[in-house]
Amino acid sequence: MSGGSRTLDGASTQPAQRNAGWVLVFAAWLLATISTLGALFLSEVMGVAPCSLCWYQRVFMFPLVLVLAAGLFPQDRKVVRYALPLAAAGWLIALFHLLLTRGLIPESLTPCMQGIPCSRVEMEWFGFVTIPLLSLLSFSAIGLALAGAHYKTRQ
Amino acid sequence: MKHKTIFITALVLLAIVFAGGIQIYRSQKAEETARTAAKNKEALVRVHSPTIGKANAPVHIVEFFDPACGTCAAFYPLVKQLMAAHPDDIRLTVRYAPFHPGSDEVVKALEASRKQGKYWQALESLLAAQPAWVQNHHAHADLAWPYLARVGLDTELLKSDMQSPDIARLIAQDLEDAKTLNVTQTPEYFVNGRPLPSFGSEQLRNLVEEELVATSKGKAG
Repeated sequence: MSGGSRTLDGASTQPAQRNAGWVLVFAAWLLATISTLGALFLSEVMGVAPCSLCWYQRVFMFPLVLVLAAGLFPQDRKVVRYALPLAAAGWLIALFHLLLTRGLIPESLTPCMQGIPCSRVEMEWFGFVTIPLLSLLSFSAIGLALAGAHYKTRQ
Repeated sequence: MKHKTIFITALVLLAIVFAGGIQIYRSQKAEETARTAAKNKEALVRVHSPTIGKANAPVHIVEFFDPACGTCAAFYPLVKQLMAAHPDDIRLTVRYAPFHPGSDEVVKALEASRKQGKYWQALESLLAAQPAWVQNHHAHADLAWPYLARVGLDTELLKSDMQSPDIARLIAQDLEDAKTLNVTQTPEYFVNGRPLPSFGSEQLRNLVEEELVATSKGKAG
């Protein structure tokens, strides 16, 4: 810190940068909302039961919709600090899940021995796009957008 | 403010796409199920299945049913109510989809009760007492006996009758037919071969009403 107090929404940053910061947080919110709706569509409409790893990813994805929206109005650059840990935790679980479905982590290490096995691939589009892959991509993009927002609004 | 407009536009668009997606998916799914049912008519109704109502009733409800399923128990009064309102026009056939662990044993006992001529009484007694013998989604046939004895069934006779290979074959056939017809959840209803557009009591009532109207018109014309 260069000393001196700063207002909540980073009043000292340039308007153009502030706007870019808002757009990046908005993009992260959009990704989180699309992912959330997609997950709900799969489980509630199509009836695909989420395995336990899916639930942990949901635990970190769903709150992002509300946390990021709260950071948009009024614009609060600190929202990155609250949202990024969620995105990071979700990203790690998504990565673990993807490696599991690709057979790179043995089944015996999985936390879900009962119910729906996490290693089973429920859906596959174009031969390689699976739910864990979409989840990993989404958490990655959210993380990048939030990091971008942080640097744009940093002074 | 510009930001607010962007945000609200996105919100509205997402809501429209989501709701539209649900509509499209459900109607496609219902069409597909109806096509499968039409293609596999023999899988929908088997002569071995318990049926209630007039044989020439124009509206035929086929229910894929699990005695241990809570929603099946909740929907049973509705089906009865519909049948009571149109006593000459609705027929109900019960097919088994015992998806709960242990439920197949209860189905066997239920089937054996047909021999003693108390099938529907047994069914209603079991459904009414369901919480007593279904625990944590597991059906416990041993806890169900008192409720079968209550309607005057000889439970010792039931226990020996239910071992019949015919009953095992019937259940296997019903499960196979459920698979053919893509029945993955209970209860699943087919009203004159038409599946519910989406699951719900209102949807079932509407579908039955529609078929009642359609068949009475057919008769008049």
